[in-house]
Amino acid sequence: MIHYALLFASGCFSIGMLLNLWRIRFAPGVVDRILALDTLVVNAIALLNVYGIMQGTAVYFEVSLLIAMFGFVSTVAYCRFILRGNIIE
Amino acid sequence: MIRKILYRLFPHPQLTFFLLLIWLLLVNNLTVGNVVLGLILGVLIPGITQPFWPNRPKVARPLKAAQYILLVLWDICVANVAVARIILFKTNANTHSQWIVVPLDLRSPEAITVLAGTITMTPGTVTAMLSADAQHLLVHCLDSEDPDAVRDEIKHRYERRLKEIFE
Amino acid sequence: MEIFAEIVISLMLVIGGLFGLLGSFGLIKLDDTMRRLHAPTKATTLGVGGVLIASMLYFAVFMGDVSYHELLITAFLFITAPITANFVAKAHMHRDVKERDLPRTGGRYGWAGYDEIGDEEQPIDTK
Repeated sequence: MIHYALLFASGCFSIGMLLNLWRIRFAPGVVDRILALDTLVVNAIALLNVYGIMQGTAVYFEVSLLIAMFGFVSTVAYCRFILRGNIIE
Repeated sequence: MIRKILYRLFPHPQLTFFLLLIWLLLVNNLTVGNVVLGLILGVLIPGITQPFWPNRPKVARPLKAAQYILLVLWDICVANVAVARIILFKTNANTHSQWIVVPLDLRSPEAITVLAGTITMTPGTVTAMLSADAQHLLVHCLDSEDPDAVRDEIKHRYERRLKEIFE
Repeated sequence: MEIFAEIVISLMLVIGGLFGLLGSFGLIKLDDTMRRLHAPTKATTLGVGGVLIASMLYFAVFMGDVSYHELLITAFLFITAPITANFVAKAHMHRDVKERDLPRTGGRYGWAGYDEIGDEEQPIDTK
């Protein structure tokens, strides 16, 4: 049963990532692109964890922690760039 | 004298505690060696970064803070279902989004930050901006017929509790 | 016991997957940037949270090693989601929303994002 749930979850997150890619390509403005990129990162973390359960290893948690940190910092840096014109004052 | 030494050793006791906790979560292995290493980090890092935070933020009632976290976790689950229903079953023309101004009674920056985060995580509201004198909060509401009710709920449910915790 | 754990883990995974999909779908469906901001910040936190709780239970019950560093990722995402949302909202208002479209503060000062900006840090045009 867990096997099917895993397949279902990974399918959901994959479709979610495709929708995000669609939004990045056809976005009305740069802010929507940032938002879509941020959601893409979060979905990628979830997909990576689902894959970790499938493989039965805990190695992917460190990877997803790093991706979470990079996603957060890059989103903040991009927003700050739009707000201020530079990142570190 | 002892108080002074303790203050020099642990300039931010909460930060020391959380650094130890995060270290233990990160290594995922509860042994005496890791606790000692976490404590060393918890003493060194606040000591080195002390010039960056001269003030000690105070939490008056830690037990109430734990209660508050549980309340917010429950509200996040409710919020997810509420937003899901709006996304799935309401047409765009039918949702009434609007701006809400929330006047603040809180004064400490930490409390305002926690309140803003809580508003973002809970049903259908996102914090957008703070007024220049930090007395009003601009909140965007996804779908609401009655903005005054939303404002009163924020003030009653979250701000009152935060006032008890921080002040 | 095993079958019970299996049901709970499967349920968590399905709920997580559905909410993750819903967050991305809301990003497409809603029609205004401020409205779109609501979908990912809410739905995706529970999506990732469900998957992480499922993985914690799975490794504890079936692999026999109690692991709790998933809590760290969950806590990190729950703390950073409001900050990201606030930054995106501010960037959006800075670019596309005029101050006269917002309600008044009711105090003597205006909203913080529309304060006077010094000469040395003029915002750039990122179009």
